[in-house]
Amino acid sequence: MKFFEDIRVGDVTELGRYTFSPDDIKSFARRFDPQRFHVDEDEAARSHFGALCASGWHTASMWMRLAADQRRLEAEAARARGEALAQWGPALGFRELKWLKPVYAGDTIAYRAEVIEARVSNSRPTSGLVVSLATGDNQKGERVISFVSTVFVQRRPEIP
Amino acid sequence: MPEPKLYFEDFEPGTVIVYGPRLVTREEIIAFAAEFDPQPMHLDEAAASATLLGGLGASGWHTCALIMRMICDGFVLESASMGSPGVDEVRWLKPLRPGTQVRLRATILDKRASNSRPDRGFVNYLFEMIDESDAVLTTITTPLMVLRRVPGTAA
Repeated sequence: MKFFEDIRVGDVTELGRYTFSPDDIKSFARRFDPQRFHVDEDEAARSHFGALCASGWHTASMWMRLAADQRRLEAEAARARGEALAQWGPALGFRELKWLKPVYAGDTIAYRAEVIEARVSNSRPTSGLVVSLATGDNQKGERVISFVSTVFVQRRPEIP
Repeated sequence: MPEPKLYFEDFEPGTVIVYGPRLVTREEIIAFAAEFDPQPMHLDEAAASATLLGGLGASGWHTCALIMRMICDGFVLESASMGSPGVDEVRWLKPLRPGTQVRLRATILDKRASNSRPDRGFVNYLFEMIDESDAVLTTITTPLMVLRRVPGTAA
């Protein structure tokens, strides 16, 4: 995990891709968002969406899953090099989340994160605040989701 | 699909309704995290105590998903919901700990008919997840898109 000092505005991380199967979509939706167009193909076909599509919270949660996997890989690599690990989190929340297009069953979403702001925290002097633009694009290159996320990242301890 | 009970016309700005309670268990916090947010602070008490969260707490995305479920059970499933174009802001103010009985306070901030689509409108909500002592854990500010009972004319 990178320390705050190692993070630059403009840094882009490709988080990977995820394909939303009908079963995945319905499994998430039955638990958290059982609206008819997320749980039933026939109902979805009659809805304004026209076909089964994922809950927006599912689309967003998969960004988090791939981001968490990425953080774990970076942490393991740093540990293997014998480097100190910075603490990340907790996140304060996010803003400007846009569900730009439906994510239909079978769609593959490529997720990424781009650092758009990095500043020292006033409330936690040992941390910095890193603001990222999180996005997901479908296999046609259309953006389906974006949001702006803010997270605490530990600063590199000063060496006396 | 049964005929919806609630259309755009039925949402009154200023209305405040509290939904729940709902018990959030340790098992469901860990299960969500294992699937969608596998970080130590959401998975394991011992590892979580060493993080900035100071102990096991639900993924912020889990709190959002739980709020979605509570509004589905509360009113969305009986409304002419068309989903939502997005979320203005989510604030994760305090950790959601295992064993908390959460409630959801839903406030209708305002609403407007769609400028481009005469069949629908947007209802702006503030959702606040609160605990047993009324502390606010998470807030979501979001427009919900709802069909109009009587379509208007496009502006």
